[in-house]
Amino acid sequence: MTWETVIGLEIHAQLSTKSKIFSGSSTAYGSSPNSQASLVDLAYPGVLPVLNGEAVRMAVKFGLAVGAQVAPRSVFARKNYFYPDLPKGYQISQYELPVVAKGHMDIVLDDGTKKRIGITRAHLEEDAGKSLHEGLPKQSGIDLNRAGTPLIEIVSEPDMRSAKEAVAYLKKVHTLVRYLEICDGNMQEGSFRCDANVSVRKVGAEKFGTRAEIKNINSFRYVEKAINYEVARQIDVIEGGGKVVQETRLYDPDKGETRSMRSKEEANDYRYFPDPDLLPVEIDSAYIANVKATLPELPDQKAERFAAQFGLSEYDAGVLTSSKELAAYYEEVAKLLAGGKEPSKEQAKLAANWVAGSLAAALNEHNLEIGESRIGAAGLAGLLGRIADNTISGKIAKDVFEAMWAEGKDADAIIESKGLKQITDTGAIEKAIDEVMAKNPGQLADYRSGKDKLFGFFVGQVMKSTGGKANPAQLNELLKKKLAG
Amino acid sequence: MHTLTLSELAKKLRAKEFSVTELTKSLLARIDASQSSLNAFITVTAESALAQAKAAEGKLASGDAGPLTGLPLAHKDIFCTQGIKTSCGSKMLDNFVSPYDATVVEKLNAAGMVTLGKTNMDEFAMGSSNETSYYGPVKNPWDPSLVPGGSSGGSAAAVAARIAPIATATDTGGSIRQPASLCGVTGIKPTYGRVSRYGMIAFASSLDQGGLISQSAEDAAMVLGAMSGFDLRDSTSVDAPVPNYVETLNAPLAGLRIGLIKEFFEKGLDASVEKIIRDALKVYEKLGAKLVDVKLPALPLSVPTYYVVAPAECSSNLARFDGVRYGYRAKDPKDLMDLYKRSRGEGFGAEVKRRIMTGTYVLSAGYYDAYYLKAQRVRQLINQDFKRAFGEVDVLMGPTAPDVAFGIGAKASDPIQMYLNDIYTIGANLAGVPAMSIPCGFVRNLPVGLQIAGPHFAEAKLLNVAHMYQKETDWHRQIPAAFQKEKLS
Repeated sequence: MTWETVIGLEIHAQLSTKSKIFSGSSTAYGSSPNSQASLVDLAYPGVLPVLNGEAVRMAVKFGLAVGAQVAPRSVFARKNYFYPDLPKGYQISQYELPVVAKGHMDIVLDDGTKKRIGITRAHLEEDAGKSLHEGLPKQSGIDLNRAGTPLIEIVSEPDMRSAKEAVAYLKKVHTLVRYLEICDGNMQEGSFRCDANVSVRKVGAEKFGTRAEIKNINSFRYVEKAINYEVARQIDVIEGGGKVVQETRLYDPDKGETRSMRSKEEANDYRYFPDPDLLPVEIDSAYIANVKATLPELPDQKAERFAAQFGLSEYDAGVLTSSKELAAYYEEVAKLLAGGKEPSKEQAKLAANWVAGSLAAALNEHNLEIGESRIGAAGLAGLLGRIADNTISGKIAKDVFEAMWAEGKDADAIIESKGLKQITDTGAIEKAIDEVMAKNPGQLADYRSGKDKLFGFFVGQVMKSTGGKANPAQLNELLKKKLAG
Repeated sequence: MHTLTLSELAKKLRAKEFSVTELTKSLLARIDASQSSLNAFITVTAESALAQAKAAEGKLASGDAGPLTGLPLAHKDIFCTQGIKTSCGSKMLDNFVSPYDATVVEKLNAAGMVTLGKTNMDEFAMGSSNETSYYGPVKNPWDPSLVPGGSSGGSAAAVAARIAPIATATDTGGSIRQPASLCGVTGIKPTYGRVSRYGMIAFASSLDQGGLISQSAEDAAMVLGAMSGFDLRDSTSVDAPVPNYVETLNAPLAGLRIGLIKEFFEKGLDASVEKIIRDALKVYEKLGAKLVDVKLPALPLSVPTYYVVAPAECSSNLARFDGVRYGYRAKDPKDLMDLYKRSRGEGFGAEVKRRIMTGTYVLSAGYYDAYYLKAQRVRQLINQDFKRAFGEVDVLMGPTAPDVAFGIGAKASDPIQMYLNDIYTIGANLAGVPAMSIPCGFVRNLPVGLQIAGPHFAEAKLLNVAHMYQKETDWHRQIPAAFQKEKLS
């Protein structure tokens, strides 16, 4: 029997406002516990929330970027439950009338086709505090620094059909919120995290299966693993004659499994109702136009432009626009390579190969962001310039790149000090060929008697004797002539 | 000194007939002497009051004084006062010393007023008799066997007994007007949003409004302006200019259209109370006003509507009292659930628990539409009733309470009977309109209150209408026998 997976994601993105959503406290991460908790965050008797307009602006920005409707009137509601890190005994969220509704996001599948993922809604809410257990035997500590940090919760339609699609969508949203500069996207610090609603059904079935919600997953890798684990678990349950129960589950990254947190019966009745302390948020078309004017070039728009302007493949354009900073770096490299002018297709392609190739690999290996790259745009452009003007071959360039990364010097200095300059002098190459031919009379005879495959042997030998510096095109041409006799 | 109204005190202080310190000391002595019989105060702030008095004297001497400088007042213990215990009448907050001042307190401090202390009240303002206070019931100064009304019973009793010339109070369903009526003093609940709720411990956020209990409309007019206005810290406060309420007190009432709410005179109203109200209306007719019968057909639904909306909001507002960060915490909790259950179980009184339970129920999945949503719809209808009525008349008048003060314990075991005491006052809270209660006579030697309601932000008109009546009558100058002498024994 074959099964179809159905996934919907609820993404929580912390908004990068300076102060909290309903108080003036700072939202900076990592301060000593409770140093950023005001009377409002501590829910003292008599205090009242006051909405931070900047959080609304950011949510509207997101809404416009995903082609959603921005509600002319949205309402904050109270979600009531008891927990020590929730000082008021309720979380201020939006329920029936969210600020953003009905948007979408396009992802690219493995086969290169596009798929549209629906965004049901995105609403504003406040984050809770944190319970601390480390170093507190028999006690729990409460840190309310995070309490009141603004969040948007982005709820997707159940449109994804595999863990891979879910990750592609999650990455796309991650890219977008950073482009919009509304969230720093730091998953380790919890600024960007998601819940996954997962169910399975028989291929062709109309009704969705019973879903489980996996809570608070904070890395792309875990999302993929958690979903795959959960899908396998649900199929096992059903094929074993059981029923999937609606419940909340937690992913344990150490064990690589999900486990039940609470069932539907144990779930809180949140008793949502409109928060009487806050007025409805009213947004008019002038406000929307104003926010629209501040939108940057969005990832998809940029990728389309890169493809058209630089003749890049859709794939390369996608990779290079996966972050705003990477795209800016790429454009800078291409421009410098073209001497400040519009790069040619060849120059653009060369820059794309290197930025998306060696540079991306090095950043990935060292777990660095593009802003932390040990080779700046000017440095990389300098290296590519030496390839373009035949000073070095592409192969040597890889070594130079590594040396640049390790030593922090520019390409010319390394080429100079290591003597890596390409040999383009015909006489010098011919001399090297002659020497190789003289040393290998047997192979020469074999070649001349028809063993064409030995051509590669001679190329290798000459390269070896020249330290890889012989210009490959010239070498090929001269070697063919000489071997022919 | 104690028989003087606030405006009279202001004049005499300026004429140096006595000093702010002398006045403050005299009132502190009255508070002290009456505490065992009245129980009107939870906290008396003698030391800081005398310091404020000294500071006020300095300002009066240097000419820096404003109109309220040096005038004493008491705050209902629902308003947060920095460095002073703010209990809200509850065991839950018996140990709570507020780290900040409510906006109202901050403003009146800045105006130079002298805080005498914090008045007793029903626990978390939930009650109509002051019997739910953790600190014991307040007694009615007219008869200590009777309740003063509630929830602002301490403020009303203090002003009636002239142990405080004026007091702040709050009104969610009648908590200013009903005790004002039962104690024979003047009470004003302003328009919702007129006075900041910041620092006023929330009971039902969409209904709560701070106001005053005073000896006269003129006194209320003096102070109301200073405590009103938009507050950045309260999003529901309204950004509308605050008029000078004193300036318009004497506007003539010729042609004033007074609406009589037909539904209020139909049933449940004590006949002798009705007669007193009709007499008061005659005074207005003499002043040139016209009486018009108006119908507010949805208004009789206000009690059930209120007892859905207010508990719903209270169940959520009071969730913060969990024993974790401040307030009462149960001893030796076994675990988190035990901490919650016992802290709240031991910290809250029966009436508060009843309302939390009711509110939790009406917001529950499956009941929300039938109760909360429906109540909100009825609230809209009541709102429209008032709007329509104020298209036809300038003010509405009627009784504040169906009867005079009742005995302590008489209704304590029957919540429904208790809730019905607010039948005439709740409508104004649901509609957010301003309303007053002024003394207009006595039945069985107990005061009766006339309620006056107006359209949104018509406080100036209400005060004017009340003041003109008080110029014609002296009901508001009556002092209970036990409190007439300057020195109380």
